[in-house]
Amino acid sequence: METVTTITFAILMLALVITFIRLLIGPTLPDRVVALELIPSILVSIIGVYAIFHDSSSFIDVSIVVALVSFLAAIGFARFLERGGPRND
Amino acid sequence: MTDVIISIFMLSSALFVLLAAIGILRLPDLYTRMHASTKAGALGIMLMMVAVALHFLSLVVLAKALAIVLFIFMTAPVAAHAIGRAGYFVGVPVWAKTVKDELYDNYDPDTHRLRSGLETEEELEKMPIKAKPRIRLNTKKK
Repeated sequence: METVTTITFAILMLALVITFIRLLIGPTLPDRVVALELIPSILVSIIGVYAIFHDSSSFIDVSIVVALVSFLAAIGFARFLERGGPRND
Repeated sequence: MTDVIISIFMLSSALFVLLAAIGILRLPDLYTRMHASTKAGALGIMLMMVAVALHFLSLVVLAKALAIVLFIFMTAPVAAHAIGRAGYFVGVPVWAKTVKDELYDNYDPDTHRLRSGLETEEELEKMPIKAKPRIRLNTKKK
């Protein structure tokens, strides 16, 4: 079980790094927003693994909050892209 | 026995999330990237929440995990739709090999009007025909 959580952590961290590369190089602002939206999804998974690893169920509440905030951020960014002023990617 | 099942769920969840990340890095344009991140990410979260619910085996955790899964499954398509719509209106270029772009003929980016294809003649006369070049950078390469 210990090894499995470690491997899962490693894979999820790799996913986080790959998403961060897209966040840095993303040619347009919506690309960056998509990468920024995937990061909370990875974070929810990481919190799930950490709850199993730490054997305490309170961490599930944290992932609920992260999921809520990521949705609000995505909608806010979409509004900003559509209604915002001139941009410079 | 449960440990094996939980391990399988956790590893498959991590692999799906990794698949989403690879898709977001490797796919050619915004819309295909969104397709990768939304679906594979949601499936990864769902599998992880199944693993958490199996690990704790309590009703409270099960309810919370179910709430997260329901919430993600409801909000991920809405958020992807909002970002994709904003990206199309902003003028994010479509991949050159895109097969179908149904808004291309009906949507006018200058006036932000969308034609349905069912307008009468006089309605069409009121709408300006696309005179200016499109904002979008590259469309289909002929």
